[in-house]
Amino acid sequence: MSGLNINHVTKQFGTFTAVNDVSLSVPEGTFVCLLGPSGCGKTTLMRMIAGLDLPTQGSIELAGSDITGVPTHKRELGMVFQSLALFPHLTVGENIAYSLRIRGVAKDVQKKRVEELLGMIHLPGFADRSVNKLSGGQRQRVAIARALAISPKLFLLDEPLSALDAKLREAMQVELRQLQQRLGITTIVVTHDQREAMTMADTVVVMNKGEIRQAAPPVEIYRRPADSFVADFIGQTNLIPVEADSAGRAVILGQTIEAFSMPAGTTKGVLSVRPEDVQITAPGNGAIPATVTFIRDLGGAIETFVEAGGTQVIAVSSPRSRPEVSVGQQVGIRLDPATSVVLAR
Amino acid sequence: MNALRRLFFLAVGLFLALPLIVVAGVSVNQRQSLTFPPQGFSLSWYGQIFTNPEWRNALIASLTLAASSALLALLIALPLAWFLWRRVAPWANIFQLLGVAPFTLPPVITALGLLTFWATTGFYGQSWTAVVSHGIFFVTLPLVTLSLGFSAIDRSLVEAAATMGADDRTVFRTVVLPLILPYLVSGYAFAFVLSLNEYIVAYMTVGFTMETLPIKIFNALRYGYTPTMASVTVLFLLVAAVVFGLVARFGDLPKLLGAMSEEK
Amino acid sequence: MRREPPQRLADYGPLFFPAGMLTLFFVVPFATMIAVSFFQRQQGGFYTPDFVFDNYARFLSLFFGKVLGFSLFLAIAVAIACVVLGIPFTYLLARSKRRIQVIWLVALLCILSLSEVMIGFAWSTLFSRTAGLTNLLVWLGLVSQPQALTPSFGAVMTAMTYQAFPYTVLVIYPALVRLDPTLTEAARTLGASPIKAFFTVVVPALRNTILATLIMVFIFALGSYLLPQLLGRPQHWTLSVLITDQAVYQSNMPFAAAMAVFLVLVSLALVGLALYAGRQKEAK
Repeated sequence: MSGLNINHVTKQFGTFTAVNDVSLSVPEGTFVCLLGPSGCGKTTLMRMIAGLDLPTQGSIELAGSDITGVPTHKRELGMVFQSLALFPHLTVGENIAYSLRIRGVAKDVQKKRVEELLGMIHLPGFADRSVNKLSGGQRQRVAIARALAISPKLFLLDEPLSALDAKLREAMQVELRQLQQRLGITTIVVTHDQREAMTMADTVVVMNKGEIRQAAPPVEIYRRPADSFVADFIGQTNLIPVEADSAGRAVILGQTIEAFSMPAGTTKGVLSVRPEDVQITAPGNGAIPATVTFIRDLGGAIETFVEAGGTQVIAVSSPRSRPEVSVGQQVGIRLDPATSVVLAR
Repeated sequence: MNALRRLFFLAVGLFLALPLIVVAGVSVNQRQSLTFPPQGFSLSWYGQIFTNPEWRNALIASLTLAASSALLALLIALPLAWFLWRRVAPWANIFQLLGVAPFTLPPVITALGLLTFWATTGFYGQSWTAVVSHGIFFVTLPLVTLSLGFSAIDRSLVEAAATMGADDRTVFRTVVLPLILPYLVSGYAFAFVLSLNEYIVAYMTVGFTMETLPIKIFNALRYGYTPTMASVTVLFLLVAAVVFGLVARFGDLPKLLGAMSEEK
Repeated sequence: MRREPPQRLADYGPLFFPAGMLTLFFVVPFATMIAVSFFQRQQGGFYTPDFVFDNYARFLSLFFGKVLGFSLFLAIAVAIACVVLGIPFTYLLARSKRRIQVIWLVALLCILSLSEVMIGFAWSTLFSRTAGLTNLLVWLGLVSQPQALTPSFGAVMTAMTYQAFPYTVLVIYPALVRLDPTLTEAARTLGASPIKAFFTVVVPALRNTILATLIMVFIFALGSYLLPQLLGRPQHWTLSVLITDQAVYQSNMPFAAAMAVFLVLVSLALVGLALYAGRQKEAK
């Protein structure tokens, strides 16, 4: 099949295992984000895809052929580095034309392609500028254009937006996604920013300690996290201990709630509830009793911190449905089984 | 404090400049006498360097030796520095050490080693042996500047070039070489100027068959005084000032001498 | 491009020429010199292969002992003079404006590269009777007659300090530029005067650098060959002078080689001792 296939890849540096038996299939034309905390192995995995590191074990296939041992320069890739790695001794145009030039493409063809790419990244007429005189966002675009000059089979980006300020980063995320959809190119992005991953990806691959914890579309990752690591890493969540009582019903914060079912064969677990799914009501009537400890008004959202059964729970509501509570007040909280997940501990 | 600093700088400056000022003074004496302040003014002793066949030949010998031995030093240093940067080979550091050793040991040691070597192999006195000797003796300079230059290259540039389809050779030609060029030039400049001025190694290897300018001055000193020595000294000082001035103008001299880059 | 150990023979390619040259023209000559130090001298020629200790036995005499002692003393004196002068100078230089630094660095490089012959000539001129410093003193009315200041130990010492000073500054410079300026600023806020801050913060922080510099300048000064000859009396001649004299004028290469080997061993031993002492202090 076409696209990228990673089969049981392991990478060890001495005794340290950076990537542990990872398998992943990326269909052609999809946008995949490798997401995880620093040191989770996502960059190492990308470097192996690019051929900049060799896997200790396992194989990598691209468009149906095994590329595990193929040197980087024969892989027909486009890659954007975290440092961008623009050549300081070349102009913007020469940077973009680099991969064409070393392939011996005719000068006028190079020039035409550079103009085309500069148009694509909204920097027409920049060909003769020095790369050292560009702004952060412009450098970013040039690095992207340079990587796409040969229409690569695979487009790799390693923390491509980390050097930009928050506003520009968000704009670039949208732009990058639109560009990818227009070109239909198989794209892999390494990032530690979950917002970035959620914005751009068809599939988010959450990694931790060298292993893939979950690979799924963003909404599913958010709504149906595979484990407590994923639930905690993606967005904000309340992780609440759950235990089964003798009858097998779930006991949450000291209250037995029938609507929740424990994963088969387990007696202990963790309930993941997104703050926006926690409802604050009057105490009693089946609600879990809680005490308000802190209220944070962020303008666009209000976070209410409550304490229930010795655990802190955060509820988020919009200003329109502001709960009329104050610190120290006794309230009740309700958790909706439809939007909560019980995870094995 | 500031006044104290100025005074200290002035004193050191005076200490460094005084002998050279006197030499510059005696170099323009009208008559062939060692007097300061100079009596009269004449640039004829500078003309002597180029018109007197003995001095001219020594100048040509010195320039030829410096130009070719600096090139040899560069040819030895460049592949070595590149290899050490490109590969993981800790054992190869032994060659780095060997490259730095000749310059660190007292020069008379290297000179005598080369003298016994050329004498044993039967090449003693041939002029090319001076080129080889200086090439080895000064390999340290380009080796140090190039190692510094390589360590300043961001490795992701090379990786980026590889992802764009460049093989090792192309990467070297299109990325590494242009970035290393300033260090290559300054390494050559350092080796050139020092070779121009070097005495003992040249003297021990080819001293009896060839006269470089330092050898010529030393030989002339033993038979008395001629102001041409002073004019040659000033000339060499000017050459060094121009070369190092250019290195400073087009390169980052403080960084080259081991300070961290200050991009201001 | 992965950075990894060389695997195929071709990967070693770049190493062939440098390794070959350094081995053939540095390692082999060095070994030749050691071998020759055990050879017999041959009258009228170079030497004949042999294995004798005569050459080493010969300088175990009072004369050569004195020369060695003087060489080491001179090198140590020059090293101390240079470091004492060089550290405050470099400290101030490293804190100057960049432009001023560059000008000084160019000047220092010029003097560093200046031939020993020319330095010797320049100082002999400055110390001469007809064109020297004493004329200035006469003009100022301090002395009545201009006089020659060479040959003398002072002249040798001054010129060697002059020669080694730029080297010293360039060796200390990187460490001083990188020294965190907030260190002295912190000392100043705690009430130390600039000079007190220099001695209580900068000097202790640089102890290892200072030791290393002393060693490097010591070896540099040990190699001085022309200045003792041009500016000193025969009793100021160093081992370097004797080595050259034996090798070139007396055509006694085996003896010169033995002295050179001995010089290397003595300097290595002193360096080792200094490093060892430094480490002992560190351990405390």
